[in-house]
Amino acid sequence: MNKRFQSPIVLLGARFLSPYIFMFGLYVIFHGHYSPGGGFQGGALLAAAILLVRVAGGEKIGQLQLIEKLTTPIGVIGVIIYFGTGLSAILAGGNFLDYGVLPFPGVVEPAWSRYIGLLIIEVGIGAAVMAILVMIYDNMIKGEDYD
Amino acid sequence: MIDFALGHYAYWFTMILMVIGLYGMMFKKNLIKKVVSLAIFQSAIILFFVAVASKWDATVPVKSDLLPVEQVSNYLNPLPHTLMLTAIVVGVATLGVAFTFLIAIYNRYHTLDEQELLDKMN
Amino acid sequence: MVYAATDLPNRADNNSAMHAEISPNGGPVIGNYFIQNAYKDAKTPNIVTVILGDYRGIDTFGEQLVIFTAGLVGILVLRKSKKLKK
Repeated sequence: MNKRFQSPIVLLGARFLSPYIFMFGLYVIFHGHYSPGGGFQGGALLAAAILLVRVAGGEKIGQLQLIEKLTTPIGVIGVIIYFGTGLSAILAGGNFLDYGVLPFPGVVEPAWSRYIGLLIIEVGIGAAVMAILVMIYDNMIKGEDYD
Repeated sequence: MIDFALGHYAYWFTMILMVIGLYGMMFKKNLIKKVVSLAIFQSAIILFFVAVASKWDATVPVKSDLLPVEQVSNYLNPLPHTLMLTAIVVGVATLGVAFTFLIAIYNRYHTLDEQELLDKMN
Repeated sequence: MVYAATDLPNRADNNSAMHAEISPNGGPVIGNYFIQNAYKDAKTPNIVTVILGDYRGIDTFGEQLVIFTAGLVGILVLRKSKKLKK
């Protein structure tokens, strides 16, 4: 476990693949209304893109993509996006998480308002899932070096 | 009898998977193997629910313009899919917590074997 | 488990109780209700997304809290053990 070695080929392959996986994760989140996908799946893909570089590159290089201190705030922001959408529905005069009453500009029909509300909470879910998966991995790495 | 066995074939496979998971959870000594068996058990249940949701001549629950939504036999039952999406994510969370605790146990006792762990705790 | 399987419908049986149009007590079956009304209610073709985010939104919110709590448990358990070591 103390023996750390780095292979430049593995690192190069990981760095080559990671942006494409990240892009595909964003596609899965934002295209989740029209094809199988959504916040959880896309968030897992984004976390996979980040963790790939972290596994291949070690401690220093892995921090370049998403530094470790940023994971907890992103997770909190994801939860707050979801909760804030629900709360603003209360403030707009409906029930909790009832997106039909949200006053989006240029939207008159409640169904399209629900469409936009779903998109917002999918983004919140994706951010939270990505940040928390990366956070669990970071904590495991930190807790592992015991001797 | 043959009809019963063939008609339920998806359930037999999930049953086998579930028994494998139960065996691992009960008889393996290493705690990590127990957690992996828990994951196998969980995926057996998830596969069972997804198998329940299926219909003949139906497609995934994404609305397409060719198939009218009024005729429900065109689409799979979406409710088990949604529930299993929830179950998968909760399973990931429990796995993360389980491995976190295993790392904490290993940091303290330097073993993950169940019997050695019980000896060291006393 | 084999005995329990005798009560289950065949796999992909279109006429089983959970895929039927009308439930035994006369109301609509919930899965079919979702299929028929999801696009009307939210203009989103993906029915699973509509159920996850709209009909069962509070459930999904609790689920997000669950994974957030899992991350917090990771921080609380492992960060502290490192500090004690020093």
